[in-house]
Amino acid sequence: MTTDVDIPVRARDTAEEEPSGAGRSERLSALAQQHGALVTLIVAMTVASFSFDTFLTGDNLENMALSSAFLAVVALGMTFVIVTGGIDLSVGSLFALGGVLAAWGSRYGTVVALLLPLAVCGLIGLVNGLLIARSRLAPFIVTLASMLGARGLLLSVTDEGSKTYLVDKDSFFAKLGQGALLGVGVPVWITVALFVLGAVVLRRTRFGQYVYAVGGNEDAAALMGAPVARTKISVYTLSGLCAGLAGALNAAWLVSGVTILGSGMELEAISAVVIGGTLLTGGFGFISGSLVGVLLLKVIQNVINQIGSLDSAYQQVVSGAFLAAVVIAQTWLGRRRRVL
Amino acid sequence: MTDLTLGRVTVDRGRLLGLLQEYGVYAGVVALLLVNTFFTPHFLSTENFRTQAVQVSPVLIVALGMALAIGSEGVDLAVGSVMALSTSLLSLYLGYGPGVAILIALVGGAVIGVANGSLIAFVGVQPIVATLALMVAGRGIALVLLPQLKDVHDPAMAELGSGDVLGVPYLVLIAAALALLVAFVVRRTTFGRQLLAIGDSRPAARLAGLPVRRVLILVYVCSGVLAAVAGVLATARLTASDPTSLGNLMELSAITAVVVGGTPLSGGRVRIGGTVAGAVLIQLLTTTLIKHDLPPSWTQIAQAVVIVLAVYAARERGKR
Repeated sequence: MTTDVDIPVRARDTAEEEPSGAGRSERLSALAQQHGALVTLIVAMTVASFSFDTFLTGDNLENMALSSAFLAVVALGMTFVIVTGGIDLSVGSLFALGGVLAAWGSRYGTVVALLLPLAVCGLIGLVNGLLIARSRLAPFIVTLASMLGARGLLLSVTDEGSKTYLVDKDSFFAKLGQGALLGVGVPVWITVALFVLGAVVLRRTRFGQYVYAVGGNEDAAALMGAPVARTKISVYTLSGLCAGLAGALNAAWLVSGVTILGSGMELEAISAVVIGGTLLTGGFGFISGSLVGVLLLKVIQNVINQIGSLDSAYQQVVSGAFLAAVVIAQTWLGRRRRVL
Repeated sequence: MTDLTLGRVTVDRGRLLGLLQEYGVYAGVVALLLVNTFFTPHFLSTENFRTQAVQVSPVLIVALGMALAIGSEGVDLAVGSVMALSTSLLSLYLGYGPGVAILIALVGGAVIGVANGSLIAFVGVQPIVATLALMVAGRGIALVLLPQLKDVHDPAMAELGSGDVLGVPYLVLIAAALALLVAFVVRRTTFGRQLLAIGDSRPAARLAGLPVRRVLILVYVCSGVLAAVAGVLATARLTASDPTSLGNLMELSAITAVVVGGTPLSGGRVRIGGTVAGAVLIQLLTTTLIKHDLPPSWTQIAQAVVIVLAVYAARERGKR
């Protein structure tokens, strides 16, 4: 877990030259913003493990890890988009589309099963990025349109949703979803690897700096010579690729391409990223936070499922209220730190 | 950088796009009417026009509220869930008579509106996120109240859903009346002017001493109540409450109608006539594709393309 505060934030802090007292409360707010989700996660898991005997069992944890993995990959791409100050509402559709394309392609081997969803979803992400960066259209409306378009494409690929493509259970592709390494599912390993890679890219590369700079202040970034348009195009392409890959892995896990998946997933991914401390206004965020956000959402869902008498409707009420609470807290913390 | 080269192409292109944005939606409606008149069998019948108008009414009513939200430089993603909530409340309280039940359903919409508006006006949360939270929570509450589909047996509701005055269905009359009302509010009332000023520039509106928070909350209350009206009318027409699927993707259709109708996403301007035409355009587009045996999935792709084209035209105009 990285603990240092982001470079752009540091730059802001020094630029404002706060008196030392204000600086201290600012640092506390920053800590709360960065690690609030982690603390909440630990508390939630502790309470859950005392309340339900079934919570800390191997099966339950493995199930949670696996079901988190797919959402986490989507949230990874979303983190990059949100740090640039944008939003991607098309990921749920791209997740479902990726799954169906992977299941269809799996009859031609693992390479096709992986490359086809990556190519199509990456292309849709690229188009999103081009329309947003070059034509300067609002991200939410562009990705709303591609959410609709991708869902339409998915339906026409599957005979209006009536056809389900199956993955051969013995194929290598199915093993990617169902196999395990050292007792942990392969999708979980892939997710962890992608998060490490994502964190390095965002924190330690020039591209990552550009992502923060564009989200912090687009005009300033352009004046500094950052390739604003190229950075934006890249993050939306990345988000499309992540959603497509998550869908493909999910299809390998379920050994079929399920057409009805992914609706509401954009919301879950955005919630996870926001809960993880990334600001929706852009310019500030953590990759690790998004992973914590996903886990927190899944633990809450798991607890609601364990209570049993509460059904999925309550789950929606709680998730919505939780998102609202987190955003209120974040806005409050952000205002204290004068980030907004 | 690209602005310069774009500007040098010609001014005419910008003017063309401006005209397209201003009147494109009406041209589109006329074009689709003509295409259908010549190529779709049984299109020109009173019965068909009646059906089309009844189908477009709930979408239009939701779009009217959405136009207000977008005019204030916001958006309301919770409208579909508000429809679901209103149908649940309606079914639950129908025992007290349809009047009471409808009133409670509308109050439910207003409460969600207050929640949306407060998050946006007092806490300063972006409209997309605030209404996203209420979109999830709202559908959840609707399903907690009424977990599954329930038939509505009520003569008054049935009359509301399928009755008419001189051949014009109640649904269409109500939608038209609400459109006129909202157009009047936007053009002729203080609230309407304040709303547009806030959409134009919130800091400027605040400096000018406008009651920004009160107006913003009222905007989302209007949107919530209108969505609840749409939910009630849809329930009356279907003679059933279905909180699981009623209003699904409604936020998308409503935003499309508003944007295609020429209301810019950047706020400060609301075009109610365009919104009506936008809703009709989407309805005709869907009908055209379906009547020519094209799969429903094509409708979604076509709608996506229309949204992008409309926003693209709006963007060119915004630059000039």
